[in-house]
Amino acid sequence: MERTINIKVKVWRQAGPKAKGHFETYALENISTDSSFLEMLDVLNEKLISERQEPVVFDHDCREGICGMCSLYINGHPHGPDSEITTCQLHMRKFKDGDTITVEPWRSAAFPVIKDLMVDRRAYDKIIQAGGFVSVNTGGVPDANAIPIPKRDADLAMDAASCIGCGACAAACKNGSAMLFVAAKVSQLALLPQGKVEAAARAKAMVAKMDELGFGNCTNTGACAAECPKCVSLSNIARLNREYLCAKMKD
Amino acid sequence: MWLTDSSIGRKLVMSISGVALVLFLLFHATMNIFSITDALFGVEYYNAICKFLGANWYALIATLGLAFLVVVHIAYAFFLEVQNYRARGRQRYAIEGKQPAVEWSSKNMLALGVVILLGIGLHLFNFWGKMQFVEIQHIFGIHVCETALANATNGVLIIKDTFANPVYVVLYLVWLGAIWFHLTHGVWSALHTMGLNNDTWMPRVKCISNVVATLVVLMFAAVVVFYFGVSLAA
Ligand code: HEM
Ligand code: SF4
Ligand code: FES
Repeated sequence: MERTINIKVKVWRQAGPKAKGHFETYALENISTDSSFLEMLDVLNEKLISERQEPVVFDHDCREGICGMCSLYINGHPHGPDSEITTCQLHMRKFKDGDTITVEPWRSAAFPVIKDLMVDRRAYDKIIQAGGFVSVNTGGVPDANAIPIPKRDADLAMDAASCIGCGACAAACKNGSAMLFVAAKVSQLALLPQGKVEAAARAKAMVAKMDELGFGNCTNTGACAAECPKCVSLSNIARLNREYLCAKMKD
Repeated sequence: MWLTDSSIGRKLVMSISGVALVLFLLFHATMNIFSITDALFGVEYYNAICKFLGANWYALIATLGLAFLVVVHIAYAFFLEVQNYRARGRQRYAIEGKQPAVEWSSKNMLALGVVILLGIGLHLFNFWGKMQFVEIQHIFGIHVCETALANATNGVLIIKDTFANPVYVVLYLVWLGAIWFHLTHGVWSALHTMGLNNDTWMPRVKCISNVVATLVVLMFAAVVVFYFGVSLAA
């Protein structure tokens, strides 16, 4: 049977990148516990529009946990209090009647706020552009079994490749470090023969871009991996360190 | 220079200086244990080591090297933390959630480091100032009183004097507590920074970290507690 709850949402409102932001609290009644967190925000926005107020701006796209667009810092956790899910996969049944839910944008100097809860995450795209690819002409698609790859490496590469670039790692990190993201993107290629060829140049270029964009120095707190919706493992960071240090030693 | 310009380079300096300091602590703690065995078996190895590590060229070079490591470690600690504070941005979160997997010490390395630094200050005043420093003054022809010079290599006597005072006992134990927290995170973090980790080794590396931290701290604490006991018995 459907249950409903009455809640308050305390939302960060900020008119533009340069404007000073503040929290605004809205009361919502009869929110279905079967609805998703973003559906709850849709209800809030319908209400705001009907009252001729400006709706809350927030990022979202696929709403099924694969695109990495949704990016809300809910009650002190990126992607909310539940683990291993994105904001769009968060259900309202995780909250209780009478709760006040605090919703903030990602806060990181490299992810400036565009408006309200929407931040500019192009910094991650720029890191990918710096080297997160394989630049050989692959021609036609070869058979999957033409290049033998140990199961272990294939699995590790696949796990690293599950990163959706959402930015929760940098948002969760007290040091504003993007190491988990960069580590995942370096690892998914460094583990496979196709990516190994450019591994050293890639690690150097992506780390240099990450530093240039103003992300912090990783101190291995592990908050990133604890909050990552795709459970990207912290040990990828050790692999990135290894790749980077070996590349620098060779120079 | 990539050791200052890149984040991983800066972390490497932090980890190498940190591990070198840990190795020094392991040596220092082991050497201290002789001050207990001496008292128990009526021998004088500890003071022999003190004499060996007095103001002679090799001990002075080692002391300078050690001071250099400490300065590098602290300078980089502040360098990194200021950059990290900036990277997080001026606008802080209203609510900071906790993750059970994240160790408390990993988020408070700088605060723990400052406590350690204060402890180092006290320690230099209590021991180094009465031992190697007195000898150095003597070598440079600065007048030091006869008894101070005579006691400069009598480590056991100075240990006895210091830990007869309960205030110093408490301060030293607090200091050792801070070192324990710093090292339970520091040792595995340093190995991780050097790239020496993977999913299989993660629990092992953390275990090594806890063992090393506990061993170092217990060896030091044993001396403090033992000589406090000696003062009570006297
Ligand atoms: C007995 C003296 C000390 C030892 C043995 C020691 C050891 C270590 C080790 C092994 C690390 C880990 C490095 C890494 O994560 O790569 C570390 C990190 C750190 N230390 Fe120390 N440390 C000492 C004193 C200090 C002092 C006096 C300060 C500051 C005033 C300090 C501040 C820090 C900070 C902020 C970090 C974290 C930096 C990071 O992880 O990037 N430490 N220390
Ligand atoms: S590593 Fe995890 S938290 Fe970071 S961007 Fe990728 S999916 Fe998001
Ligand atoms: S909207 Fe696509 S992952 Fe959440």
